[in-house]
Amino acid sequence: MVTAVPVLPEPQARALAAAYSSAVAAKRMQTLIGVAVLLASLAVAWWIAEVDPWKFWANLDKFTAYIGRLFFLENGQGVWTDFREWFWGLQKWSGKLLETLLIAYVGTILGVLGGFLLCFAAAQNVTRGRLPLFVARRVLEFFRTVPELVFALLFVQVFGLGPFAGVLAVALHTLGAIGKLYYEVVENADMKPFEGVVAAGGTWPEALRFAILPQVASNFASYGLLRFEINVRGAAIMGFVGAGGIGQDLLEAVQKFYYSDVSALLLIIIGTVMLIDLGTERLRHYLIGQEQGR
Amino acid sequence: MSGASALRRAMLAERAGLEARHPGIFRPDWSQRLWRGLVFAVLAGLFVYGLMSMEISWARISNGMGEMAKVLSVMLPPSYGTEAKLWVYLKALGETLAIALLGTLLGAMLAFPFGILAARNVLPVWIGRFLLRRSFDTIRGVDALIWALIWINVVGLGPFAGVLAIATSDIGSFAKLFSEAVENADKKPVEGVVASGGSRLHAVRFGLIPQVLPVIASQVLYYIESNTRSATIIGIVGAGGIGLHLAEQIRTLEWQHVSFMVLMILVAVAVIDMISTQLRFAIIGRRAI
Repeated sequence: MVTAVPVLPEPQARALAAAYSSAVAAKRMQTLIGVAVLLASLAVAWWIAEVDPWKFWANLDKFTAYIGRLFFLENGQGVWTDFREWFWGLQKWSGKLLETLLIAYVGTILGVLGGFLLCFAAAQNVTRGRLPLFVARRVLEFFRTVPELVFALLFVQVFGLGPFAGVLAVALHTLGAIGKLYYEVVENADMKPFEGVVAAGGTWPEALRFAILPQVASNFASYGLLRFEINVRGAAIMGFVGAGGIGQDLLEAVQKFYYSDVSALLLIIIGTVMLIDLGTERLRHYLIGQEQGR
Repeated sequence: MSGASALRRAMLAERAGLEARHPGIFRPDWSQRLWRGLVFAVLAGLFVYGLMSMEISWARISNGMGEMAKVLSVMLPPSYGTEAKLWVYLKALGETLAIALLGTLLGAMLAFPFGILAARNVLPVWIGRFLLRRSFDTIRGVDALIWALIWINVVGLGPFAGVLAIATSDIGSFAKLFSEAVENADKKPVEGVVASGGSRLHAVRFGLIPQVLPVIASQVLYYIESNTRSATIIGIVGAGGIGLHLAEQIRTLEWQHVSFMVLMILVAVAVIDMISTQLRFAIIGRRAI
């Protein structure tokens, strides 16, 4: 089968071709400039970060040796030969693991409560003025940007060593992170019920309770669960600065070269994180299903 | 406001009548209440148990609050002390940014082949995909701070260990994201290129890459942003960046320096945020974000 391809008259085609090639040239130029800027900043970063491929290459066997060493006990036998020896500290570690989970849980609850209270002031559609909006957003931004561990260091100084500092650190960071997600959900809510409640003489809290909350509750819960998942990971390293949880034991094991302890603790942490991921994923899918069924 | 409250009174006055006419709406739903009560009780119980297990006393909290107020008042105004210190802090901040940039890009480059390989349309073998994905999960499950501890053993203290730590922990995340991007790519452009006489290479270059590259680029940018935050704390274990100085100044109670560094971090993160948002808009368009 032969199909005739329609051919444009010569001047028209030439104009189109010229426009096309100039567009391509502009795009190429843009890409080239972008690549040049990227390469320049990479070179600067390379120099600042003291990157040394030779040292890396020369010592790479240390890394593989380290990873390999993790699978052997003190007596030189494989970790799989003697589980009791490998997980000798299971009782102590499971206590620490529980502490880690509780830090994550209590911190998440506190942070979610704080984020919940602030999100309505920070949402453009239901806020009661520019000043509360501005203040709430800056507060959330601040708590979101300062890393958890910095808060933890600070609270360890103020409240002393222990899980309470970790809880507060997790709570503050959660407040900032989840407050933002929450006000975005509120901003996407349908405003007609809100207007309805206000028109029927409802007060601001009543309008939020009966018009906004039913729309956003399942999303809020789902984001809360996601945050809990993230906070379990965060709480696992709180011990690095003395703020409670299993991180303390891990840091000690790494620094004192107790190789089999490192692998046992990593396994415990990774396993727990995976289990919690699976569980919260189920719950979140259930919640999202409810949201769509509504 | 008095108009609204008059309206409110009028509405509430009708309540008895409304209740009589629509009993279904006002009847409490006991099974739902029971469920909610139960969930709430479990959540609250765990919360209280958690607080109790940490042996938190009111005395300790109020003491800490007093201490906190003192610290906050001492933090103002932020200051860097001598000029030499300022340069030290600026260099450390530069290190943090360099670690984030290099670590992210290195991680992305290393993850690229694995990500492509783990895509369903590239590797149809179920077990191979499963193994690859579980290894990504494992790498991702280990925090960057722990990777930093391991890399310090290899390349010594300093920012280079930080770069490697960020890169390693990102390999897991990037490989997963890239494989999803490749799986989600539309087949039609590829078929179109082949149908109009393109070679296989043309199909990849003009059919697949233009779809996948913007997605990947925007993800990498997003990770540079979030790794800037991680790179601020990686110094706590000695892997370069501002975290080292921050931890040191907190431990030696130099609160004015602490607040100054926190301000520096806030500004740096805000700037990186802005740049990367602009670039992401430029790459994938405004509505996709």
